[in-house]
Amino acid sequence: MKKMTGKVLVAVLAMALASLALMGCGGDSDVIKIGFNLELTGDIPKVGEASKFAAEMLKEDINSKGGLEVGGKKYKVEFVYQDNEAKADSAVNAALKLITQDNVVAIIGPNSSKQAIPAGGVCNDNQTPMVSPWSTNPDTTKDRPWVFRAAFLDPFQGPVAVNFASKQFGAKTAAVLFDIANDYSKGLAEIFKAEWEKKNGAGTVVAFESHGTKDQDFSAQLTTIVAAKPDFIFVPDNYNQVALIVKQAHDLGYKGPFMGSDAWGSAELMTLCGQDCIGQFFSTHYAAAGAQGATKDFIDRYNTKYKYVPDDVAALTWDATRLVLQAIQEAGKVEKDIKAERKLVRDALANIKEFAGITGTMKFAGTGDPNKCAVVVQISPEGKFEFKESVCPQ
Amino acid sequence: MEIFQHILNALQFGSFYALIALGYTLVYGVLRLINFAHGDIFMVGAYIAYFVAVALLGMDTGMSPGLALAITVPVTMVLTALVGVTLERTMYRPLRRKGADRLYVVITALMAGLILENGNLALLGASRKRFPDLLEKSIWTFGSVSVTNLKVIVIVAAIAVFLLLQFIVTRTKIGMAMRGISYDKFAIPLMGIPLDTIIVFTFILGSGMAGLAGILFAMSYPILEPYMGALIGWKAFIAAVVGGIGDIRGAIVGGFLLGFIEIGVVAVFPSTLRDLFAFSILLVILWLKPTGLFGVAKTTKI
Repeated sequence: MKKMTGKVLVAVLAMALASLALMGCGGDSDVIKIGFNLELTGDIPKVGEASKFAAEMLKEDINSKGGLEVGGKKYKVEFVYQDNEAKADSAVNAALKLITQDNVVAIIGPNSSKQAIPAGGVCNDNQTPMVSPWSTNPDTTKDRPWVFRAAFLDPFQGPVAVNFASKQFGAKTAAVLFDIANDYSKGLAEIFKAEWEKKNGAGTVVAFESHGTKDQDFSAQLTTIVAAKPDFIFVPDNYNQVALIVKQAHDLGYKGPFMGSDAWGSAELMTLCGQDCIGQFFSTHYAAAGAQGATKDFIDRYNTKYKYVPDDVAALTWDATRLVLQAIQEAGKVEKDIKAERKLVRDALANIKEFAGITGTMKFAGTGDPNKCAVVVQISPEGKFEFKESVCPQ
Repeated sequence: MEIFQHILNALQFGSFYALIALGYTLVYGVLRLINFAHGDIFMVGAYIAYFVAVALLGMDTGMSPGLALAITVPVTMVLTALVGVTLERTMYRPLRRKGADRLYVVITALMAGLILENGNLALLGASRKRFPDLLEKSIWTFGSVSVTNLKVIVIVAAIAVFLLLQFIVTRTKIGMAMRGISYDKFAIPLMGIPLDTIIVFTFILGSGMAGLAGILFAMSYPILEPYMGALIGWKAFIAAVVGGIGDIRGAIVGGFLLGFIEIGVVAVFPSTLRDLFAFSILLVILWLKPTGLFGVAKTTKI
């Protein structure tokens, strides 16, 4: 029996060692490595999947042409994907792993602000450029010269929702239901409330209710909201929760409209929500239905390859990754030393003033945050996100 | 009038806690084993219901959702019961045979739960599943109070299950054997009562009810994910303990109590305070009555 235990122990040790040895494999000098810190499992897996799919498509494009040309030499690109499980602490670990073990030049993601804010801190402290495709909370890039993004900000998105809702619904009062454990949702809810009350007077947000990320039952909050009789309900929540919230509100007899934010815009929203979400509005980064030019090309190719219309995260990841690749090219050379190379890429990123993305033109004014337009879409009876209105910053 | 709406909401959510707590309490009552995998058996039940319902609706028979529901409920309960029995046969019984301490069986249960969760994640991926609509929804409104037919079904089902289990345990021969095993595991086989059969029967009852809870939960909150059973199972276990684990009345009272506290707190305070208040109140109850509301003091507990 004792012998047996010894054998088992040896086997386990050997396995552990083997996995360590595998992890320690070094890189190749003709390869440019970019890390992806994505929500592949956890609450919003479709977000991570869309990001990864878009990145894979871009990688194939570049490597099939022999690689990325920097300073007259072609480099193959390699994308390293780390799962952050849609958790803040895992996002920090994923970022550290990409920086210290995988030795990536730059990191794309995390997408959601809940993960992007802490991961941004890590990247900034470790002097590694990070570009979040989808994060809209101001704190992600604030006072962090190494962190950039491809999305607009919530202080811009909030007023878009306020103005659109007052015009579209003729609303005078609003109710808000948000995820208090999610920086994105909480931040946007507060911006919305302040903006709405500035426009319509104090007390016109008749209910301001919160819930937790893992909650499945919202009946208590929705009962309070429905009893306050708002003209519409603003729900800046992730698509998986939206599906439950809208359905439960209808179960409680609510018949009014909903206004959502860009976290609604997942390709999976309609699979999860179904009938209940039809006719609702939300603000987002791009409208797939009716797109033209490069945007249409991207949508068609993605659709052919992965069999569904790409959501905004996919398009933003495409833009964010291209932004980084452009910066690498504009740096003009590739340093052997990874730290020097990261610095080169960061400076080149900061030098980009204007970028023509498939989610619209982005203008950077030295803060890492682009100035770009938002669109409001309505969910059609076929479940498509149809363009309603485009709002650009003044 | 909001209060009536809140009461209805609390009854619905409490029903789920109660249904799951019943499974904990049955197994504990007989084996003195905390079956920590029970919350995940509930999750498996919801997924089984999903696959059965999708398969039934997907067939070209043009089956009506109502008929599909009528078939899904018993099939899911039987299959989920099988999962529970499989766990007992493959994990708990071998340990019991070897005379392992109860602590090891509890840890095994904990691991079994994690295996179910992560096995599901590996098998089906992280993507959510949407449970199909099996019931034509009708919303009845009385003044400011709205209630759906599903809500009524959930509450009625919880109470019916409670009455049924209470009847089985206190009024039937097999129930008497269950209580007997709980009293003395070593004397019972000497009386010619097949120990393993009774234990398997207990797992069938408990897991079957978890399957029923899984279907009803999936119909009420139609988004399924691998970790859906973890937190609710854990809370239901606490509800069972507060009610007095091992007592069927305790499970139902504990479940509804937790539902009422949670909904009540969120109705008045911000949602962040829900778990803080809920568990503080439960702690006070345990402090005043350590064996739970219906529990009797036992010399050995885990």
